[in-house]
Amino acid sequence: MKIAVLQFGGSNCDHDVHYVLNEVVGVDTDLVWYKDDLEGYDGAVVPGGFSYGDYLRAGAIAARAPIMNSLRKMADKGLPVIGICNGFQILVESGLLPGALMTNRYPKFRCDWANLRVENNVSPFTRSFKKGEVIRLPIAHKEGNYFADEHTLSKLNAQDRVAFRYVDEQGNTTDEANPNGSIENIAGILNEKGNILGMMPHPERASEEILGSRDGKKIFDSMMEYITSL
Amino acid sequence: MVSDFEVSKMQYHAEVTIGLKSGMLDPEATTIKKALEHLGYPTNSLQMQKRFILDLDAASRDEARFKVDEMCNRLLANPVIHNYEIVLEESG
Repeated sequence: MKIAVLQFGGSNCDHDVHYVLNEVVGVDTDLVWYKDDLEGYDGAVVPGGFSYGDYLRAGAIAARAPIMNSLRKMADKGLPVIGICNGFQILVESGLLPGALMTNRYPKFRCDWANLRVENNVSPFTRSFKKGEVIRLPIAHKEGNYFADEHTLSKLNAQDRVAFRYVDEQGNTTDEANPNGSIENIAGILNEKGNILGMMPHPERASEEILGSRDGKKIFDSMMEYITSL
Repeated sequence: MVSDFEVSKMQYHAEVTIGLKSGMLDPEATTIKKALEHLGYPTNSLQMQKRFILDLDAASRDEARFKVDEMCNRLLANPVIHNYEIVLEESG
């Protein structure tokens, strides 16, 4: 099994994901430059950062980079793809996931811990969790305010495609627990086939006890388990 | 005699203005509106837009408009959240 971590100019969580997958999860992982392709890989991570300086809109330039055609092909084959933070922004900008990520309701860069409720525990990324479980992951973004029109939103809900919501410690979707103004406290969503996940929180920053939480590792563990099951 | 068959290209100047669809919240604009109030300039509404000014060659006005429209849909605007307006003129 081999995983690709995409690298664009301005990616800055690429090495963190690369380290966690190789050293903590224990899966063979390469950094793959945006001009290369993803032939031979079994899954991919689009990492966080500030690709192309957030020029035009966060994720807009990377979403049109050559490697994205290759990522589309990979996703069409049913292989798992996860976009984290700027990676999530890139996936919505490319149309691989619906909706948009707008400036936070309070227009400030938020670097904090967030509680998330696992809404769907059957996806390739969340199968190691219990449904309704509250997990703790860090967030670090200014454009994480998820927006989708009513039609898209009702489809996401009806098809069980909201993976995570921001909640308080008790698991309630309160307004105070929503760090960025995301519609319906949405923190992560899945595509229609379920093999693409986009999320604002950073699982790679919470994969070892020394960093305060290991909840993030379960997302990568789930992904590896899914690939093995294919 | 190749030149006889070449489609002559015209030059066009386009100005594209992109803004959020009506009803969408813009926290940055809201913050600026508040800052203006602090300076003693209350406003009833304030919006921010982005403007792209470009020159391009095309065989006709229709082709130029079609191209710029495509640029908006594929990159300059995000159709999920933005509206855009194109003003086009012949420039040479």
